[in-house]
This record gives sequence, C-alpha cells and structure tokens, in this order.
Amino acid sequence: MNFREYRAGVSRGLPVGMGYFSVSFGFGAMAVSQGLRALDATLISLTNLTSAGQFAGLTVIVAAAGLWELVLTQLIINSRYALMSLALSQRMGQKIGFLPRLLIAFFNTDEIFALAMARQEPLTVPFLLGLGTLPILGWTGGTLCGALAGSVLPESIRTALGVMLYGMFIAIVVPPAKRERRILAAVVLSLVLSSLFTWVPALAKISAGLAIVICTVAAAAVCAALFPVKEEEEAAV
Amino acid sequence: MSIYVYIFAMALTTYLIRVLPMTIFRKPIKSRFLRSFLYYVPYCCLTAMTFPAILSSTSSLLSGAAALIVAVILAYRGKSLIVVALSSSAAVLLTQWALALLG
Repeated sequence: MNFREYRAGVSRGLPVGMGYFSVSFGFGAMAVSQGLRALDATLISLTNLTSAGQFAGLTVIVAAAGLWELVLTQLIINSRYALMSLALSQRMGQKIGFLPRLLIAFFNTDEIFALAMARQEPLTVPFLLGLGTLPILGWTGGTLCGALAGSVLPESIRTALGVMLYGMFIAIVVPPAKRERRILAAVVLSLVLSSLFTWVPALAKISAGLAIVICTVAAAAVCAALFPVKEEEEAAV
Repeated sequence: MSIYVYIFAMALTTYLIRVLPMTIFRKPIKSRFLRSFLYYVPYCCLTAMTFPAILSSTSSLLSGAAALIVAVILAYRGKSLIVVALSSSAAVLLTQWALALLG
C-alpha cells in the first residue's frame, strides 16, 4: 500500500466529506421524522452512498410499497452511475485489477467521480481508496448525527431540519437550470408532471416512488429527444 | 416486510449499477439518445422529488411554501448548498412561529 498516494486521495476527498456530512445530516433528520430508527437510517447511508436514490428509497420504504418498486426507483434514479462507472473504468486503464474495482465501484458517487476524473497523474488504487474514505465517513456520520438530532429535538425543529434535503436538491438544480435552457426545460417538464401526479385525483392514486420514476423517465426522454447532448458536454452534476 | 430486506435490496441494486460497468460490461455507450437521457435524469428526478412534496413536508402549506421560495431565490443567486438548506429550514421555523403567534 502506497501511503503517499492514499494520503493524497484523502486530502482531495476532505471537502467532499464535509459537504456530504451536511447533506446527509438532512437525510438523517428526515428519515427519523418519517419514522425510521436512527441506526437504520445510518445503515442506509453506509450501504448506499447516494442522496437522490436514498431519498426515493425512503419514500418507498415509508409507504411500505413493494420491493420491485424500490428496485425500479433505484435503477432509474441511479442509472447515471452506470455511465460514470464506465467512464472511470476507461480512465483507470488495465493496471487496476478486478478486485480493487469491486471496492472502488462501491463509492463511485457524482463528486468522487468528478475528483477522480480531474486528477492529472495516473489513478492508483491507494489514491482512489483515499478519495473515498472521508466521503464515506462524512455521509454515514452525518446521517447518524442528523438522525440523533432529529430524535431528541422538538417536533417543530425536526420538521424544519427535514426540509434541509429539499433545500439542497433545489440548490443543485437551480444554478444549471439558470445557465442552460435545456436543463430548465427538463426541470419545468418534470415539475409539471409531478404536480399532475399529486393533484389530479386519478393520477394521485399512483404511489410516490412510482410517480417519481414515471416523471423522471418521461421528462428525461422528451428532453433527450428534443435536445440531444454532445459527448463533450456531458459533465456530471 | 423487514426494513432490512428493503435496505439490502436498495443497496444491492445501487451497487450493481455501479460495479457491472466497471468490471464486466466495459464498452462505452454509443447511443446518443441514451447518453442524453442519462444526462437529464438527475435534474428530472431531483425536481420530481422536491416539488410538490416540499409543500406538504411541514405542518402547514405556508411554511412549506416559504421553504421553497427561500431556497429557489438563494439558489438562483448562487448561494452554497449548505446556506440554501439552512435558510430553507429557518424559513420553516420562522413561518411556524409567526403562525403560532397569530393564533
């Protein structure tokens, strides 16, 4: 194990780890406010390491919907990771073997992917493991803290904390939508669809998890047909 | 059903999506439509998850709406993730407090 490479990875991962701590704090607070136990919420974060997927998963779990619905929401919402894993796989080259790949794939999140791809020097296993260390700790630890805070704080503060995650989603979506028309189109389309699924009585019968999947697939497919993306423009969110 | 079955199914699905393209299926995706589709997915799913759910996530429609409006304005002005998130939480607290005062 090359410790210099590992340390280089850890220091690159530090800001991401801190950011993850705050986002997952919101997830933890929301999960307990919806009736999950603090340790179960923490286990979700430790084993999944994905904000949007976990949130959608939480929706399905709280609704006690079918397992197939849970799997479907994850397949759709996390589909973009397949693209990132492909790209990272090419970037890693032949030197990195099968076993390390099994480990590295586990923490290939949007931000870790971006950091790995941005590295000038060749990617090594210790560097990538270092890169993943603090984000995993931050994501899991933040969930635990948020869940514990949510469990002991009064109801009014708990609901206020539960909104944090929505706030972060808005902070992720609004700036690129402001910059790019086609992203704005995707956002508006998805917004209209999800409103229909909430307020049109016949559509409101469809469960929340499935509604998220349908809105995502429909809006993304329409935009992909109308405004196809050139290869070099595909920066990760 | 036990929550651990859910958590396991969720973790396994997510892991397979990440690990298969890194180990077994390693050919780049050629279809421009599919690549574009995957490009739009995060924006669409985050939006569908946030709206209108945020409006009913608190004890009153007003405080949910306050959280939404504050978050959109601050995000539009380019404030950081954590500032936007904490401000929308504060908006909920203040609105609930104001509503309680008004009785």
